Amino acid sequence: MSPVHDQSYARYQGTRRPTGHAWAVIFKTGTRQLLGRRVLVALLLLAWTPFLVRCVQIYFAITTPQVTRILPVDVAMFQRFIDNGFQGVLSFLITIYVGAGLIANDRRARALQVYLSKPLGRMEYIAGKLAILLYFLGFAVILPALLLIVMQVILSGSLSFVRAHPSIVPAVVLASAIRVIVPAFAMLALSALSTSTRYVAVMYAGILFFSEAMYGVLSFVTGSTGVAWVSLGANFDVVSDAIFGQPPRYETPVIVSVLVLAAIVVVALSVLDRQVRGVEVVS
Amino acid sequence: MADLQPPVLLEHVTVQYGKSAALRDVSAVFPAGAVGLLGPNGAGKSTMLKSLLGFIAPEAGHLRVFGLDVATEPLSIRARLGYMPETDGHVPGMNAVTFVAYCGELAGLPRADAMQRAHEVLYYVGLGEARYRNVETYSTGMKQRIKLAQALVHDPDLLFLDEPTNGMDPNGRDEMLDLIRDLSHNKGINVIVSSHLLPDVEYTCDHVIVLDKGRVAASGPIEALKGAASRVYELRIKGDLPAFITRLQHEGMVCRETDEDVMRVFVAGEPRDSGGDQQRICTLAREAGVQVRHLRPSVPTLEDVFARAIGEP
Repeated sequence: MSPVHDQSYARYQGTRRPTGHAWAVIFKTGTRQLLGRRVLVALLLLAWTPFLVRCVQIYFAITTPQVTRILPVDVAMFQRFIDNGFQGVLSFLITIYVGAGLIANDRRARALQVYLSKPLGRMEYIAGKLAILLYFLGFAVILPALLLIVMQVILSGSLSFVRAHPSIVPAVVLASAIRVIVPAFAMLALSALSTSTRYVAVMYAGILFFSEAMYGVLSFVTGSTGVAWVSLGANFDVVSDAIFGQPPRYETPVIVSVLVLAAIVVVALSVLDRQVRGVEVVS
Repeated sequence: MADLQPPVLLEHVTVQYGKSAALRDVSAVFPAGAVGLLGPNGAGKSTMLKSLLGFIAPEAGHLRVFGLDVATEPLSIRARLGYMPETDGHVPGMNAVTFVAYCGELAGLPRADAMQRAHEVLYYVGLGEARYRNVETYSTGMKQRIKLAQALVHDPDLLFLDEPTNGMDPNGRDEMLDLIRDLSHNKGINVIVSSHLLPDVEYTCDHVIVLDKGRVAASGPIEALKGAASRVYELRIKGDLPAFITRLQHEGMVCRETDEDVMRVFVAGEPRDSGGDQQRICTLAREAGVQVRHLRPSVPTLEDVFARAIGEP
């Protein structure tokens, strides 16, 4: 006599996708899950407030030319839009809210052995998780910056500004991308180091605040801003100044800041390579 | 399923954790069907499965699954594998059907197919009614079942089941064993069951590979291995047990004590005549000055095979 459960299992007759697409599955499922959280949606909407403010500024600058004397629409405005503190705070919160649990939760639930027993490599898993964080940070940082240029063109009704500043689009993309990519890698690496989302969030905040405090102390002691490379935020500003061709706010050479940011990404990749495994590494 | 080569082949595989070797120059062939991977804790069973999945790179040797080298083609292999890990493992924040469908998608199934198969597989493993519950609220037994479901959803050709009945109540355990047996004997899926529970392996598998201290201690069809254990007798005595055992061993018999105060005596060679073995044992008992309280023929079990293989007294 065949058991009842015989009726419900049959061999799969359909076609499987070739390998190499699992990162997209991780990305889509991850974003779908996160978009169900109201707090994140609120943070994402809030991140667009500076965009609305700048749109109003551009509108008045075009309709009322006197406004441009107080609030000029120039390359520096676009740089300030990317570097502004409010945007920074929101991208910090989004990074923590989205990123802290990306790998930490999987490690806590021992999901890595499940993921990596499927036909996907470790780098594909990392790429899927990274894509989730990049997507939300990109939505909050890169997309508004690019749309601001589009709004300038639409509201002014001409391409004269973009023609006069041909490097504005690549500069906006590059500067905002750096502000998205480096924190994303750093957060993902921290998330891979722990099984506690809270601990990861505290570590990330701690590193940022500690680096700022270190810079404050060192610049006070040395009387120079040449030590700005110890601060993550200052490194972004140094690189941003160089990208937009603006006068530098710090004495730190650009190459030093670029190397510091690159080193963060390299260290993060190394941590991810070590931590994301199907078996726990016990030394 | 028409593969001519054995599903799994290991050639001189050595795996080390630091200075201690988990697998030592292991060569083994896993035939098609259900194969039990037996061994005491720390024998290297889980290490072998994790090496076959490509989680651990061996220091030496080659591992092949369906003729593919694990070192060079791990993804092609894992596309045809299902793995039920020993420890709990799930993607947090998902209900059962979403989790299993997600696993199907990760394994390459289109989204609609993955969802359909998730429902089917959850019914198959007995979680049909609980499939919309968050996995984190599941009991231990249910978590075992969902681990089997996620391993099955993409319809693998080979299943690795690491201690599949861990933490299950007797009914749940029986159902799980029925499922494993059904998969390997009726559904054409090759199964490797890693367990230290001999009855589980004996019920579900046809072949067995016994590991001990990182080496293959015995391998082959269970019936053949049990046959090699010769004739077995259950014996309970009163008196000087060590002296009696020494005398039995001197006569070429092998003794093994069990948990229930009953000794199992293995008699090798051709049987002389009906009741001859029993007479010999009684004679030896008289010579050793012990009383025989219980003596009856028994049948060789996988436990005997296991005990002999790992050299248990």
